[in-house]
Amino acid sequence: MSGDLRLTNVTKSFGPFTAVDDLTLTVPQGAFFALLGASGCGKTTTLRMVAGLEEPSAGQVTLGGTDITRLRPYQRPVNTVFQSYALFPHLSITENVAFGLRRKGVKNVAPQVEQMLSLVQLDDFGGRRPHQLSGGQQQRVALARALINHPQVLLLDEPLGALDLKLRRQMQIELKRIQTEVGITFVHVTHDQEEAMTMADTVAVMNDGRIEQLGAPAEIYEFPATPFVANFLGQSNLLAGTGGLARSGDDLSITAHGSRFTVPAARSRATGDKIYLGVRPEKLHLVTSEADVPSGFQHLTGTVTDSSYVGVSTQYLVRTAWDTELSVFAPNSGLGGSLPPGAEVTVAWNPAHAFLLDRLDGAGDATHALVEERA
Amino acid sequence: MSVAAIGAGTGSKQNEPPQKTGRAWLPYLLLLPAGLWLLLFFALPLVQLGATSLYDPTGSLSTGYAMTWSFGNYPEALDAYKWHFLRSLGYAAVATAICLLLGYPLAYAIAHRAGRWKNVLLVGVIAPFFTSFLIRTLAWKTILSDNGPLVEALRTLHLLGADGRLLATPTAVIMGLVYNFLPFMVLPLYASLERLDQRLLEAAGDLYAGPVSTFWKVTLPLSMPGVVAGTLLTFIPATGDYINAELLGTPREYMIGNVIDSAFLVRLDYPQAAALSFLLMAVVLLVVFVYVRRSGTEEIL
Ligand SMILES: Nc1ncnc2c1ncn2[C@@H]1O[C@H](COP(=O)(O)OP(=O)(O)O)[C@@H](O)[C@H]1O
Ligand SMILES: [Mg+2]
Repeated sequence: MSGDLRLTNVTKSFGPFTAVDDLTLTVPQGAFFALLGASGCGKTTTLRMVAGLEEPSAGQVTLGGTDITRLRPYQRPVNTVFQSYALFPHLSITENVAFGLRRKGVKNVAPQVEQMLSLVQLDDFGGRRPHQLSGGQQQRVALARALINHPQVLLLDEPLGALDLKLRRQMQIELKRIQTEVGITFVHVTHDQEEAMTMADTVAVMNDGRIEQLGAPAEIYEFPATPFVANFLGQSNLLAGTGGLARSGDDLSITAHGSRFTVPAARSRATGDKIYLGVRPEKLHLVTSEADVPSGFQHLTGTVTDSSYVGVSTQYLVRTAWDTELSVFAPNSGLGGSLPPGAEVTVAWNPAHAFLLDRLDGAGDATHALVEERA
Repeated sequence: MSVAAIGAGTGSKQNEPPQKTGRAWLPYLLLLPAGLWLLLFFALPLVQLGATSLYDPTGSLSTGYAMTWSFGNYPEALDAYKWHFLRSLGYAAVATAICLLLGYPLAYAIAHRAGRWKNVLLVGVIAPFFTSFLIRTLAWKTILSDNGPLVEALRTLHLLGADGRLLATPTAVIMGLVYNFLPFMVLPLYASLERLDQRLLEAAGDLYAGPVSTFWKVTLPLSMPGVVAGTLLTFIPATGDYINAELLGTPREYMIGNVIDSAFLVRLDYPQAAALSFLLMAVVLLVVFVYVRRSGTEEIL
């Protein structure tokens, strides 16, 4: 469409180090797009290239069909909410918010500033200085200062990173509301997968300067494209398959640790012989005997080694015969009691919830979430 | 910066356990040596100087000086040397302005563009202090001399007339002042620009400010503490300076410092010398006060 932001084969190197590696992506006009990845994976660098604060080593950035790769930051219809807010300490909140309009030569800024401050619910704060506001308020000023210019694209670099959990949730809802209200394209960088999933229409999961997967949050969660995504966005039990795949009708079957499991062919992204069978922890059900396994479900057996009660669910670790600990999240729905450590259990799942991924040669079972770092 | 200090102050107050207040005398103890020093070598001589300025103007070293509370010394001295006062303020102001124009880009470059050469350049700024003020100014006398290469070059370029000269002109005195006081401008500017958050400049660029308006709207206002400190550190000593006018000028370029110097050491007119000293102090204080008040209203952080 006319206002799409497009990055084509964009690469950014700092000396011998490649921070962003041959990145290609399209952000549709009006989308709430989240760039999700661990600290140091190149999210900020990507944003800075869109803002014009960093020049790509190779590739092209276009906005609505116009090549903006070599434009200076002040020539681009793009504004940024910086991770550090970068509010001007010598200017009042009103003047901070009015800064962009004044540079564009707008004469009467007062009504717009007032309207914008009220949008971010800071009506009475115009006369203060940035240091007289709390972190959450400063964040909203940074947002207002960028939004008032009606940019074609608003870039947000972990804008909620410094806030405590409660304020963060509140601001997430607020940001989403504002985006819907003003209809501007938002590119939101975050390392918080929950934030990305709750806010964005489209999520791009980044790793090591590349995009691993791009899609709607539910789509990525339900059917991750790579082992990295499977364990960065939430958590997955990935079992290493041995031998190749066998096809029977619409199903594929795979051998893992001596048992055969089937998966619908549509749920496979495997292209070679080295394969992971994956199931999300909440898609696993614990039953006490094989007789209780629902029909059509697959199962394996193990021993409960740990259980932690986290309110809405209980998280179990189940050790299999080959010493892999599977994660199982059982909802605390009041049906069925809790299982003590040491209990022999059968773990069952619907094959339609499983998926097949390519596995690196030599990689074993992977059942732990990747540790999230703060960027 | 005062904001940060205030913030830190209240913060520590909140965290401080109450028994700490028992050590309230500690800061005063730490102040004591410097306080005594100031009392002995600043306050007492100042009182003595004030007394001298009110002595009988007809007294002399041989007849002795009597304390006659001669307040008339002040209007008399001011009337006799008002042009020297004005010249001093004028030369100092021009020199300060040139120092600012030269020093700002230099300080900015050292703070933000020098990379690993930063320390070398800073040492370069301070290096002139390794030799004495007097020797450096004498060196300028050679550089500016009538048959030196600089004057030759300027004559060849027709920037100076065929018999034009630099030495013994107001230009030479101002050049000397600029040279001698430039480090006092550069160092505070550097300290202030060094603290400048580059991310704010990026933010300004992101908000449609080109390089020029980024400078006027962000860089300059945020470095105002350095500008104020640098201009004061340059202007105040330059106003009272007498070496540059003495060595690079003629009596026609003499500043108030030269007058005080000769009143004390040549004419031995102590009451007048003391009165002139106090007048100079008052004039400088007045200028500084007005200046700080005016830049203070521009909301310096
Ligand atoms: N100016 C720079 N010079 C050298 N390396 C850099 C520079 N900026 C970023 N990097 C490196 O590029 C990588 C990606 O950085 P960044 O985009 O900031 O990551 P993220 O925002 O995802 O945490 C990091 O390893 C970082 O060290
Ligand atoms: Mg970052």
